[in-house]
Amino acid sequence: MRKGISAALLAPTTYAWAIRAVELRVRAGRRLAVDGLDLSMGNGVHGLLGPNGAGKTTLMRALATVSRPAGGVLELLGHPVHARSDLRTLRRSIGYLPQEFGFYGRFTVREFVEYLAWLKEVPAHDIPDAVQRALERVGLAERGDSRMKTLSGGMVRRAGIAQAIVNDPEILLLDEPTVGLDPEQRLAFRSLLRELGEHTCVVVSTHLVEDVVAACTNVVLMDAGRLVFHGGPADLVELGREGVGDSSAERGYTELLRRHRAAGERTA
Amino acid sequence: MNAHIPVRALGRYAAGDPGIAADVLWAMETHLEQCADCRSRLADASDGDSMALLATVWVKVEAAMSAAEPVTVRRRWLPARSARWVTPVLVPWLVTTVLVVLVALGFDLAVAGRGATPPSLVVLLAPVAPLLGVATAWTGRLDPAHELVVATARAGLGMVLRRTLVVLVVVIPVLTVAGWMVGASPARWLMPCLAFTAGALALGKVVGLPRAAWGLALLWATVVVGPSIVTARLPVLLSEAALPGWAALTVVVALVLLPRRSGYAELR
Repeated sequence: MRKGISAALLAPTTYAWAIRAVELRVRAGRRLAVDGLDLSMGNGVHGLLGPNGAGKTTLMRALATVSRPAGGVLELLGHPVHARSDLRTLRRSIGYLPQEFGFYGRFTVREFVEYLAWLKEVPAHDIPDAVQRALERVGLAERGDSRMKTLSGGMVRRAGIAQAIVNDPEILLLDEPTVGLDPEQRLAFRSLLRELGEHTCVVVSTHLVEDVVAACTNVVLMDAGRLVFHGGPADLVELGREGVGDSSAERGYTELLRRHRAAGERTA
Repeated sequence: MNAHIPVRALGRYAAGDPGIAADVLWAMETHLEQCADCRSRLADASDGDSMALLATVWVKVEAAMSAAEPVTVRRRWLPARSARWVTPVLVPWLVTTVLVVLVALGFDLAVAGRGATPPSLVVLLAPVAPLLGVATAWTGRLDPAHELVVATARAGLGMVLRRTLVVLVVVIPVLTVAGWMVGASPARWLMPCLAFTAGALALGKVVGLPRAAWGLALLWATVVVGPSIVTARLPVLLSEAALPGWAALTVVVALVLLPRRSGYAELR
């Protein structure tokens, strides 16, 4: 049965950007892994690119509100995130897949997603439907009753994506979601991303430039905790007409990094 | 809603006759939605082709149903829903705690049999007995799903308290029975036990639960357990005279702990 539309669904949004960061600084241990980042993101699929140690995972953790910012402004869905804010209501609207995540091996896939749905405060009578829908979207409905420890790496990753979308989040954060997926699954995942991006602010961190070009509406390039580039994938391809790399997008990526580092050396 | 649909009209409807006017069609469908009699007559009014098609569909559906694997309902000693109160990770540590108490009890009984009266090990260990379970209740090092759990709406002191409650529900009865067997009333150790648990939770907000629990356990071992074994006298801290002091300490710590809610909702 279709449920009535709640007043909350019809309420106009009172913020311009789903994610807004100004001069954001976040610590990873003692190091400032995100150091003065300015970024505004609305609905769509945002591909977060950058070399190892660029601060992608730290940024994702800050957006997931599991790391508090050390400085600057971070607003999620118009809700400021700082040391004292109560995040409970905000977190109901966030889906997060960490880069490395574990699970309890004796749980079935369905129990795992149900448990996370409960933790995300999905209303109890909606949980079975929401879990089934999430499993169908990632193509795991048939393995719903298998134990987590019997799944292959790609299936575990898909179960992780299912738990991230089970609460129909308005901000969806996926840290390296395509690791371990085979080419066919990757294609299915890209179409799922495009579908989700129509009504959701999806941030996907990845190493694979071609994933970004194929599935993302925006490219965010980071280096050493700072924003290097924010634009469309076409701009990245445009920049890569010449340079080092196999595809024009990869050439665009290396070209942007090279220019950024050269500019950094000049000012230093 | 008294008038039912005539058989001829039903026949035309079932055949998909384009000649039925839109308003009549709408009225018929509204009626069909509410009238089980007319629906069953509609099924009979269908032509031979449709009936044959339906029959083949039924044969295929039944074949598919019988080919599908029967769902096996596994019986478990710890159902998945219990994860709302205790993680599978916590269980072995609880078992270890119970074993430690039993070993202490065995030691006490063996010593008492020889006629000597050193301070009871069970009473000496009781105040810190829950700390092993409490230390493992909320930590990324042992719990593989910790990063997923910490990012959810329910994460925080509430979840930590749920898990702590399970630890206490398991440990306190075991201590009570063991204490009764060595002739020590719960009045001697119960308040210190609660004070240490509350203290670990309060400190854990700042330094993380495992570190807080280990620190307190080490403090107790060096300041109280060691000296009282050496001097063979039960310390004043575990006498009934110290009871009001422990109660006051528990209340103060709980008052410090309760107002700040967000301490456990991030990674450390």
